[in-house]
Amino acid sequence: MSEQHIKLPEGSIEKTTTTLNLGPTHPATHGVMQNILELDGERIVSTDQTIGYIHRAFEKIAEHRPLYQITPLTDRLNYCSSPINNMGWHLTCEKLLGVKTPKRVDYLRIIIMELARISDHLICSSIMGVDSGAYTGFLYVMQYRELIYEIYEEVCGSRLTTNIGRIGGFERNFNDIAFQKLEKFLKEYPPVLKEFENLFTRNRIFMERNIGVGAISAERALNYGFTGPNLRAAGVDYDVRIHSPYSSYEDMQFNIPVGNTGDCYDRFLVRNQEMWESLSIINQAYRKVQEFKGAEAEVFHADVPEYYLPEKEDVYTKMEALIWHFKIIMGEIDMPAGEVYQSVEGGNGELGFYLISDGGRTPFRLHFRRPCFIYYQAFEELTKGAMLSDAIMVMSALNLIAGEMDG
Amino acid sequence: MLNFDAPKELNLKVLNFLYDDPELKFRFLTDLCAVHYPDNKGAELAVVYHLHNLEDNVRLRLKVFTDSVKPDVYTATGLFSSANWMERETYDFYGINFIGHPNLKRILNVDEMDYFPMRKEFPLEDQTRSDKDDEMFGRGGKTGFGIEKTEHGTVVESEKNGADEIIN
Repeated sequence: MSEQHIKLPEGSIEKTTTTLNLGPTHPATHGVMQNILELDGERIVSTDQTIGYIHRAFEKIAEHRPLYQITPLTDRLNYCSSPINNMGWHLTCEKLLGVKTPKRVDYLRIIIMELARISDHLICSSIMGVDSGAYTGFLYVMQYRELIYEIYEEVCGSRLTTNIGRIGGFERNFNDIAFQKLEKFLKEYPPVLKEFENLFTRNRIFMERNIGVGAISAERALNYGFTGPNLRAAGVDYDVRIHSPYSSYEDMQFNIPVGNTGDCYDRFLVRNQEMWESLSIINQAYRKVQEFKGAEAEVFHADVPEYYLPEKEDVYTKMEALIWHFKIIMGEIDMPAGEVYQSVEGGNGELGFYLISDGGRTPFRLHFRRPCFIYYQAFEELTKGAMLSDAIMVMSALNLIAGEMDG
Repeated sequence: MLNFDAPKELNLKVLNFLYDDPELKFRFLTDLCAVHYPDNKGAELAVVYHLHNLEDNVRLRLKVFTDSVKPDVYTATGLFSSANWMERETYDFYGINFIGHPNLKRILNVDEMDYFPMRKEFPLEDQTRSDKDDEMFGRGGKTGFGIEKTEHGTVVESEKNGADEIIN
């Protein structure tokens, strides 16, 4: 071929790096996000992240909806642990409305939230296995995520986007099957988690892929707004459940596991350790739930007629209940004016709700503090100078959920 | 939660003081967002900082008001790396111009957008609009809601009464 047929793009002779598009629909991104990597051989020179592919304008929609219709929007933030988002939203509303929930409701909420945390960490840890080439662990623990989803199903009827609970409590009491499944989970899961840990923790390949990869110092992590397991892996023992207790977490005894290097391996270890802590919290909460006797054992919501839908039977037979039902469904209740910030310890960090009400029927402004969105900006710093394969591990160890990032 | 306002020229000074003071130590930026108050003439937009002193576990909310004609506010990226994307998001939705920001461009919306959608003057999209091709989402186009496809052609709901002979 003569030389004139080879037309190189402008500047390509001088350019010594390769541009690689990782995403938006790459299996390793586990969600819709794009990374444009500049590679020198296999070493990452710089990265540029593009997000927003599944932005659904929840904050705008929320300004046009009554409170109870916003719960399904929160489902779709971090969809690996949507019950935590739902509970966080209910707690925010209760804070604004000044609702005090009964202890039994708080403990039931803790059970559901900790189950959600386990299912979230389970996904993240097992996906780290998948990304480093070990599929077995992932398939093995999926059975137990399924069991968690079955418990949700007994409580609220749905599995992934749960819309679980109501302002003031739960839509219905936990039935016996839910408690039986919970007991089954508490009995069967610990040995499985132990086995899962044995599979990975001292696995040579897994260790080499993760130790020292994507490390960040505690100082930089704080500056980047890290929260949750990613911050704790860097050695900072900040946990919303301890620092600003909500839903009676102050009644529970548990430890905050921390790492020290802040690398992917420490994040994995912290998440696993947190699952053990969550199991212990569920055990404690379940024991406390069982202690309620008589009428107290039937309580599953607070008395907030303005926001809690009455029993369907009462709607048909009682005037009062019919009026409340109508007013709630039509969104005709003016909420008190005020400004609240409520945060919960979500699956991957501090999930905050900043709600402003001007006394109208819909929020004046609602802002979600989405932990994913905030810590994903550290990706460039975490991967600078690392190998391409490390970028994959960093992405899965950070537990990035596109739904939460894009809001 | 402690809540106070500061003049917009002083936002960096206040943030710096809160960060550096050996007793205050507000060194964690929990959240940064904006709020639009259309009735608050001359100070329609507010930038809200949620700060957290992790050592003493104290939270604080700082608001900086600015007008919507020239919404210039100094960037906090020099102090908090986390402010980078949060300010981009705030710019994206409210058009607040963070002076000194290293990369102030849209983050969640498309770059071609020429308005700031979270401001109160922009309503939600009209659910019945038909000028947009939204076929994939079940409205507009040829397969939208209320439109039936038969083997003889497409039947629109409004013509259905007269279209019986086509279907049968």
